[in-house]
Amino acid sequence: MSPEIRARQITHRMALLALLALLAAAAFLLLNARGSWDFLLPFRGRKLAALAVVAVAIALSTVVFQTVTQNRILTPAIMGFDALYVLIQTGLVFGLGAGRVSALDARLVFGLELGAMVVFALLLFRWMFGPAARNLHLLMLVGIVLGTLFRSIAGFLQRIIDPDSFTVLQDRLFASFNAVDPGLLTLSALIVAGLALILWRLVPELDVLALGREAAVGLGVPQERLVLGLLVIVTLLVALSTALVGPVTFLGLLVANLAYLLLPTGRHAVLLPAAALIALITLIGGQALLERVLHYDTALAVVVEFAGGLVFILLVIRGVAR
Amino acid sequence: MIEVEGVERRYDGVAVLSEVTLSLPKGGLTAIIGPNGAGKSTLLSVMGRLQKPDAGRVTLEGMHLAQAPGRAVAKKLAMLRQDNHTAARLTVRDLVAFGRYPHCRGNPGPEDQAQIDRALAILGLEPLADRFLDQLSGGQRQRAHIAMVLAQDTGCILLDEPLNNLDISHAVRIITLVREAAQALGKTVVVVLHDINMAAAHCDRIVVMKGGRILRHGTPAELMQADFLSAVYETPISVHELAGRLVAVY
Repeated sequence: MSPEIRARQITHRMALLALLALLAAAAFLLLNARGSWDFLLPFRGRKLAALAVVAVAIALSTVVFQTVTQNRILTPAIMGFDALYVLIQTGLVFGLGAGRVSALDARLVFGLELGAMVVFALLLFRWMFGPAARNLHLLMLVGIVLGTLFRSIAGFLQRIIDPDSFTVLQDRLFASFNAVDPGLLTLSALIVAGLALILWRLVPELDVLALGREAAVGLGVPQERLVLGLLVIVTLLVALSTALVGPVTFLGLLVANLAYLLLPTGRHAVLLPAAALIALITLIGGQALLERVLHYDTALAVVVEFAGGLVFILLVIRGVAR
Repeated sequence: MIEVEGVERRYDGVAVLSEVTLSLPKGGLTAIIGPNGAGKSTLLSVMGRLQKPDAGRVTLEGMHLAQAPGRAVAKKLAMLRQDNHTAARLTVRDLVAFGRYPHCRGNPGPEDQAQIDRALAILGLEPLADRFLDQLSGGQRQRAHIAMVLAQDTGCILLDEPLNNLDISHAVRIITLVREAAQALGKTVVVVLHDINMAAAHCDRIVVMKGGRILRHGTPAELMQADFLSAVYETPISVHELAGRLVAVY
């Protein structure tokens, strides 16, 4: 295939993805509208914005993380972010009691979660890039072990908590786009936009990093500093989306790999926006399906993972057949 | 010119390079030979600043490699590694274009395009330019990586076993090409080679390493001695003159 045809193919597919994302957003905003538009549009608009922020954050963080780690089946979630989130929530409800936690300022909890996750990740990365170890497999193992530890502690606390508090806790642990604080949403959107801009300016370096550590050093990329900086950005993005709506684990893996499959290129100038668009389509489309067609009969994660999993398997089979 | 001063490198306390000092003048083709585990690749990696030495330093035209800014070094020094696996889905042309990154930061101009086309042509990769790397044979991929190093257009080139996976015709073409680059364009080229005869026939200088040290450093005529080579490789080796060349037989 000549480069011209390939370039045109990429342009076409990007345009198609953008169109689908717009359609999903329109469907989410306009479908099944019963009641006053004055109420409906701002209400749904806010939710749409939350979905968009989370979709972009997850897509960018996963692609960058996979480029940095040279691995396409890892997601930042391997570091135990979700488990830490669950632990923080459980700890709060356990320590303060359900009533007082619900009364807490949302911004305070958000700040606490964000801070804890960033500090945790930075400690992990610092250790990974310190003199002691620079082994990715070790990092994964440590992440998995810590994740299990957090989950076990949380599980233990959940068992000895009183049933009323547990109900409150369970509600907080599901990824939810319904109860996002508007102030936090604006703040998160600004941070995600800022980080996306930084990543956009680092696109040539990301392309080089994908060649591997040694090739990157050979081509004069300040590899260690850059990787640490990128991991900080990844941490912020993941922590932000988790603190905003809760854990949405599978999505990152799905959208990043769909982007690689749909767009045969190593260029991050294509991959980053493509992954973001696919995440928008999946998340917004999934939520629209959930709310307008299934009438909240199930959780978003189920919709995303079911639909996403199907597409993924289809693409893998087609990829093998080709 | 490239100078290695008192370089040491240890893995888990075991010295892989101990007190290596080497000074190579500007221009010319130098081969590093020696048995497995001699530290050849490690030395090349340290010279190419892919690994930091535990002691000592490497300077290129007076520029301290460990401290100089990465892209400034990358405009003067290019390195081909032994293991060139890439996870990213790239075409040959994409890969070769990465050689221009130090010059254009991912935004190639006409001059960069010309260099990319030239490197593709030199290695006979034009028919493969738009193939993906994972659709190539080992030898073709090796040539693509060499083309990337050439596209970087640096005064100093380090090649770690560039003839790996290549058939005789491509091996001879590449070593000849490298020699021409060293002689006609005044580039300083250092190659790690396994084939002593290839080194003796084509290189200006040979560095012989064993056990993390440089044993000797000289012209092929000085080093192609049966006793010395037999001791280095711990294998009986005889040296004969054949068609005007010194040939080791083992």
